Amino acid sequence: MRVALFVTCLVDGLFPDVGKATVTLLERLGHEVVVPRGQTCCGQMHVNTGYARMALPVVRNHVEAFADADVVVTPSGSCTAAVRHQHADVAREHGDRGLADAAAQVGQRTYELSEFLVDVLGLTDVGAYFPHRVTYHPTCHSLRLLRVGDRPEQLLRAVRGIDLVELPAADECCGFGGTFALKNPDTSTAMLADKMAAVVGTGARVLTAGDSSCLMHIGGGLSRLRTGVRPLHLAQVLASTADAPTAVTR
Amino acid sequence: MTFLGMPTLSGEPFPTAARAALGDAQLRRNLAKATGTIRAKRARVVEELPDWAGLRAAGAAIKDATLADLDTHLLAFEADLVARGTTVHWARDGAEAARIVTDLVAATGTREVIKVKSMAGAEIGLNDAFDAAGIAPIETDLAELIVQLGHDRPSHILVPAIHRSRAEIRDLFRREMPGVAPDLTDEPAALAEAARRFLRHKFTTVDVAISGANFAVADTGSLVVVESEGNGRMCLTLPRTLISVVGIEKLVPTWSDLEVFLQLLPRSSTGERMNPYTSVWTGPTEGQTAHVVLVDNGRTATLADTVGRAALRCIRCSACLNSCPVYARTGGHAYGSVYPGPIGAVLSPQLTGVAHNRTLPYASSLCGVCQDVCPVAIDIPSILVHLRGKVVEDHAPVAEAAAMRALAWAMADAGRWRRLLRAGRLGRALGRRRDRIGSLPPPLSAWTGTRDAPRPPRQTFRDWWESR
Ligand code: SF4
Repeated sequence: MRVALFVTCLVDGLFPDVGKATVTLLERLGHEVVVPRGQTCCGQMHVNTGYARMALPVVRNHVEAFADADVVVTPSGSCTAAVRHQHADVAREHGDRGLADAAAQVGQRTYELSEFLVDVLGLTDVGAYFPHRVTYHPTCHSLRLLRVGDRPEQLLRAVRGIDLVELPAADECCGFGGTFALKNPDTSTAMLADKMAAVVGTGARVLTAGDSSCLMHIGGGLSRLRTGVRPLHLAQVLASTADAPTAVTR
Repeated sequence: MTFLGMPTLSGEPFPTAARAALGDAQLRRNLAKATGTIRAKRARVVEELPDWAGLRAAGAAIKDATLADLDTHLLAFEADLVARGTTVHWARDGAEAARIVTDLVAATGTREVIKVKSMAGAEIGLNDAFDAAGIAPIETDLAELIVQLGHDRPSHILVPAIHRSRAEIRDLFRREMPGVAPDLTDEPAALAEAARRFLRHKFTTVDVAISGANFAVADTGSLVVVESEGNGRMCLTLPRTLISVVGIEKLVPTWSDLEVFLQLLPRSSTGERMNPYTSVWTGPTEGQTAHVVLVDNGRTATLADTVGRAALRCIRCSACLNSCPVYARTGGHAYGSVYPGPIGAVLSPQLTGVAHNRTLPYASSLCGVCQDVCPVAIDIPSILVHLRGKVVEDHAPVAEAAAMRALAWAMADAGRWRRLLRAGRLGRALGRRRDRIGSLPPPLSAWTGTRDAPRPPRQTFRDWWESR
C-alpha cells in the first residue's frame, strides 16, 4: 500500500526518530511511504487555545497537502483526532464549505498508527523484538476521542522479548494538555507527579505511548528527576528488531 | 452568626487560586480518596444497566427538546403553579432574585429561615443577601451546615464539605453548634446525631423555608427535590412558608420524562441505584404559602449560544467533578465559582459572560473524561474550546496572540515552516551539557520549572527524509 505519512510538527522538529521509526516499520511491513512536501502541522494547538480563526490557513494547508493521498498515517492520537474531528468544524465555522468537505474527506482517510496497523492492515504481530520492561500510557485523545481501545496493547503484547507491565491509573491524564501545561503549570505538574509515581512504581525501563507530546511532558519530568525511565513512542518499540534494535540508553 | 458568604459566579484567576490548594498535601489526599471512591461506585452501578447509553441519549434529547421550547414550557409551568395557589416570581438576574426572596421573608416578619441545599440559592448569593437584611439562614444539608458553621465556602456541588476531615468537623461542631456536647467524638454517627438534634429543633421552630429544585415538571406544575438525608423533606413540609428558587433550565415537560432523570441522577452522582429521598410537591399543602422564583441570571444568553447551550442540560450530578483530574487536585475553591469542576468551567463563564471568567475555560487539559461520564452527554471539552475562542475574542493576551499569529503564519506554508524548524536548531546550544534543556526563558519557563525540554535534534525529520 502507498501510505502518506503525516509526521506532525512535533515529530518533525523535535523527535525525528519517531518519524524514522514509523517509516522503518511501515517499510518493513512492505508498504511504500511517501511524505507529502506541503505538510506542516494540524493546527490543534491554535484551535484548542482559542485561536481557531488563525488555524484556518493551517487547516487549509494540511488539507491541500494530503488531498491526493489514499491513506494517511500519523504517529499521534491527538493529531489524528484534530484532523478527523476538528478540521471540518473549523472550516465550516469560518464559512468555508468547500474546505470543510475536503477536510472531512482527508479526515476519513487519516489513521493513527495503531488503528492503521490493527484495523487497516489487520496485524497485531508486526515482527518486533524489544527485550525490555515496558509500560504503556494511553493518551487521552487516543483513548477518548479516537477510542483506540486496546489496539496498542495488542500490538505490544505480540512483541517478542517484551515484559509489558500494567500502568496503575493508566487512563488518567498526564497533565500535558497542550498550552494547559503553560497556563496552569502548578496543576499540570501535580498531575505529572502522580503519573510519574505510577510509571516509576512499575519498575519499567521504558514508558511508551502513541503521542510524542505527552511523552515529551512525562519524559521531561522523568528526566528532571533522573529516574532513568526512557520515554519511547510506540512506533519506536514496534520498529525495533533483533537486527536493528531501538536503543533504550542515551 | 456572621457568614462570610458563598462564592458567587466569578472569583480570582484559576491558576492563582489553584496554587494554594495544590500546596496542601492533606487536601489533595482527601480529595483523591473521596473522588476515587465515588468514581468507582458510579462506574459499578452504571455498568449494571444494559441500556445506560440509551438512557443517556434520552436524557440529552429530552433536555435539548425542552430547552428549544423553553418559553412554552415555562408558561405552562407558571399556569399550573398559579392554578394551584403558588405565587410565581420571575427574576432576570441574581440580585433581583435575591431581593425577591429577602422581601418575601421580611414580609413574614421572621428573622430565621431554614434552607434545603440549593445551587440556585448559592448562585444568586442568597446568604449574603439574608445577612445584609438581618435574616439568619440555617443550612439543613449536613455538609452545607458544616460549611456554614466553618464560615467556609462549599467546594463540591454534591459534597460541599469534601475538603474537610472528620476531626475538623468535630472541632467545628464543638465550637460553633449551640448545645453540642463538649466531649463529642469524630465518629460519623456521633456527628450526624449532633447535627440532627440541632436541626430538629430548627425544623419545629422556624417558619420559613427556602428550597431549590432538581427538576420542575411543566405539565403538572410539580417541583422535585432529590436528597439523601431527609432533612430537605422536613423543610418542605413543616414550615408555613416555602420559597423555592428555581433556575429556568430545570424544567422537564412530563412525568415520564422525569423518570429518565431519576434513573440517571443517583447513579451518576452518588453511585446509588436510587436516591434515598425524592420529594415531589404540586402546589402548597393546607395552611402553607408557596412561592416559586424562576431565575434567568444568564441562562437565556447561554441558550442563545448554539454550542454553549448544551451546558444547560446539566442535572448537577457532579460525576464530572468526581472524575476530573484537575478538580481532584485543586478542589472546588480554585474555580472561584459556585459551580466548580468541569461543568463550572463551562457554565460559570457563560452565565457571567467570559469577560468575568477568563481563566475558567482554560482550567482543563481537555482530557475528555468529563464528557465520558456525563449522564446527559454534555461535550464539555468542545464547549471549553468554544469559550476559549470567546475569551480570545474578548481580550487575547498580547504576547500569546503574537506568538500564535507568528506560528500560524509559519505553519501555513511548508517552506516557512522548514526555515523555522532549522532556526530552532540554535536551541541545541542550550542543552549541550545533558542533551536536555533544563531552563528556558518566560513564558516557556513554566515548562522547565519542573520538566526538562528536549534538545532540538541535529536534523529535522524532513531533512533526514530528503537526504535518504
Ligand atoms: S455536566 Fe454532566 S456530569 Fe457534570 S454535573 Fe452536569 S450532568 Fe453531571
